[in-house]
Amino acid sequence: MRMAHMTESNVTENEVMASQPDVDVADPVDTAAAATGVAVDLPEQQLTELGATVGEVRCADPYVVAENVNVHYGDNHAIQNVTLEISKKEVIALIGPSGCGKSTFLRCLNRMNDSIESARVTGRITLGGQDIYSKEFDPVALRARVGMVFQKPNPFPKSIYDNVAYGPRIHGLANDRAELDDIVHNSLERAGLLKEVKDRLDEPGTGLSGGQQQRLCIARTIAVNPEVILMDEPCSALDPIATARIEDLMDELSEDYAIVIVTHSMQQAARVSKRVAYFHLGLLVEVDETDTIFTNPRHKLTEDYITGRIG
Amino acid sequence: MQGTTLILVIGAMAIAAYYMGRSRSVALVGGPTQGTALHSLPGYYGYFTAIWCLLPALAVLLLWVLLEPRVIVALVVQGLPEAQRNLPPGELNLLVNNIQNLAAGDAVSGTVDASLQDAANRFNEYKVLSRKILTVLTLGLGGLGAAIAWRRIRPDFRARNRVEQIVLVALIAASSIAIFTTIGIVLSVLFEAIRFFQKVPATEFLFGLNWSPQTAIRADQVGSSGSFGAVPLFTGTLLITAIAMLVAVPVGLMTAIYLAEYSSRRVRGIAKPLLEVLAGIPTVVYGFFAALTVAPWVRRAGESMGLEVASESALAAGLVMGIMIIPLVSSLSDDAINAVPSAMRDGALGLGSTRSETMTRVILPAALPGIVGGILLAVSRAIGETMIVVMAAGLAANLTANPFEAVTTVTVQIVTLLVGDQEFDSAKTLAAFALGLVLFVVTLLLNVIGLNVVRKYREQYD
Ligand SMILES: Nc1ncnc2c1ncn2[C@@H]1O[C@H](COP(=O)(O)OP(=O)(O)OP(=O)(O)O)[C@@H](O)[C@H]1O
Ligand SMILES: [Mg+2]
Repeated sequence: MRMAHMTESNVTENEVMASQPDVDVADPVDTAAAATGVAVDLPEQQLTELGATVGEVRCADPYVVAENVNVHYGDNHAIQNVTLEISKKEVIALIGPSGCGKSTFLRCLNRMNDSIESARVTGRITLGGQDIYSKEFDPVALRARVGMVFQKPNPFPKSIYDNVAYGPRIHGLANDRAELDDIVHNSLERAGLLKEVKDRLDEPGTGLSGGQQQRLCIARTIAVNPEVILMDEPCSALDPIATARIEDLMDELSEDYAIVIVTHSMQQAARVSKRVAYFHLGLLVEVDETDTIFTNPRHKLTEDYITGRIG
Repeated sequence: MQGTTLILVIGAMAIAAYYMGRSRSVALVGGPTQGTALHSLPGYYGYFTAIWCLLPALAVLLLWVLLEPRVIVALVVQGLPEAQRNLPPGELNLLVNNIQNLAAGDAVSGTVDASLQDAANRFNEYKVLSRKILTVLTLGLGGLGAAIAWRRIRPDFRARNRVEQIVLVALIAASSIAIFTTIGIVLSVLFEAIRFFQKVPATEFLFGLNWSPQTAIRADQVGSSGSFGAVPLFTGTLLITAIAMLVAVPVGLMTAIYLAEYSSRRVRGIAKPLLEVLAGIPTVVYGFFAALTVAPWVRRAGESMGLEVASESALAAGLVMGIMIIPLVSSLSDDAINAVPSAMRDGALGLGSTRSETMTRVILPAALPGIVGGILLAVSRAIGETMIVVMAAGLAANLTANPFEAVTTVTVQIVTLLVGDQEFDSAKTLAAFALGLVLFVVTLLLNVIGLNVVRKYREQYD
């Protein structure tokens, strides 16, 4: 039901996006089809055995490093041997068919899987050289450094001000009310929401429109000044205009933060990300520069996905 | 025919009517394969016929059962000799009773003379006749109703909508039973209370500080005239309720928080049913637990600290009542906490809150309306609780805020007022209705306030 719904909403979104004139990447379907000859024809079976990822999983200035990460939900091996490096100031998009483990991988990066009883994570993930799954590492402190924006906007049932001030308050980032005010205003400003809400900061955040709510959630996340922002399909509940605003925002934020975004919209991945990682059935199939992936996919599965044959 | 047999026969007729209506609808369109030509499914035509068989017959039966005794009595009285017919109502009543008893073959007071025997025979005759008429009438009406309904069946007849309407009427009737019962109870309590206030001024009742409802049973008796100042009862109720809530709210709430947010699935699987067992213990058991175990313990504990504690104390009753209410508070709060979307939880955790920060700053505020609603329910439960207080807090209407003294509550006094052997219209008995009215008004107010609180938070949080 949920999958069906999402696929549907994506179709409409894709259609709307594709009809916009200012999409600066050539239509991926055409280009990928033209590049068919280059694609490596590796059978799925063999890939599972090798666990090898096509393309370049390493990057120049790695900040988040996942090495041989495996996630099991009970007997379900949801992430298999994934290795991926993410640098400090880039936007990387995770794409792949529904159920392939994108959200699972994303949640490994801030240990949100901890609260799922059946989930078991093995392998090594480091943030700035520290192993985030080691005993000494505090998952609560980690989540202040690795913020998360969810698929459905989830503002707290508090005022707009309190929503943004929530993080700074629990982490003691402000010494007095004036500092807190500053943080709240700055965060709202950077999330592009200040103009719309500055006269009603004490109204409930749940009274905003969906797009505004999502920007409020982004403001709330950047208010604690994280190093990495994880976004799990942040625009899937939004209309094209709200989506465009959030994409602009991601562009600006990428100057200061590493952003990992899960998206089902290939156009969105093409617009916002520098690199793209393609997941398939728990495997990381291919990672490369965005342009390369969309114009010249090397793996058959990647090609099939971006040309619309899977998913 | 006997009443039950009659009902069974009507039921059988209704079932037959169902099948006949059904088969007629199918036959009208030329067999089951042509079902789409019918407006409704064949079953609906069956129900329609059955309902029209059942409803008129049952209505007549009901009416008959209600009116029959009066009509028969009236007829029998008509046939009595002139002298007896003109007896005063009280004696006539006695006579009629005698006739009925004689007719049923029961013991009769006084001598049985010819005219009495005659009347009893006539009574029995009328009864037999009435039964016969009833049988013919109901069965005839049932058959007639079914036949008319059966004849009305056409392929384009909207049986489904008709059945739907009848179901709607039945549902409305069912729900109005509860409403009318409530109205009836309120009115009767109100009228009795008004009678009480004619004897005792409302101001004395509401503001008087002395409660001792003993009144003389007979007019010539020497006895106190009774004083009906209910303030000690109100304060007693308040005191015990407050103690109970002081126990139940924190413990219940923390239990709920633990179960909803912290416990593993296994602990929850064990703890929840155990709590429900606590809720299932009869209050009388809590009562003697309070009286025999907790009250002496409270007294000893108090004495060891140099306090004077009555053997029946508000504290003991309140403590046990609090324990009794814990499951109510915890399960309602648990529901409220679980109803908070997990997106809130994820959002808070994702910002780096600890579990307890998530709980106190996000989940609890969001769950507050439900929790407040649960607490208000618990308060009205505590106010209405009787058994524990009767057994553990005593009957002494002391005006005190000291939890170590014996106090009494509104409900306990209602019980003691009504189990006495006073006339029904004495001030003492009527006082129970006045207390009941107060109880009703207070719980109503609590509910109204509670609902308003809930609504206010709803608006804010949705
Ligand atoms: N909480 C959970 N408990 C058990 N299994 C889970 C849980 N969450 C996800 N899974 C399983 O893990 C696999 C990957 O799920 P995940 O949510 O990561 O997919 P996804 O790529 O994000 O899909 P989508 O695009 O539909 O969001 C699926 O097989 C799913 O059934
Ligand atoms: Mg997902």
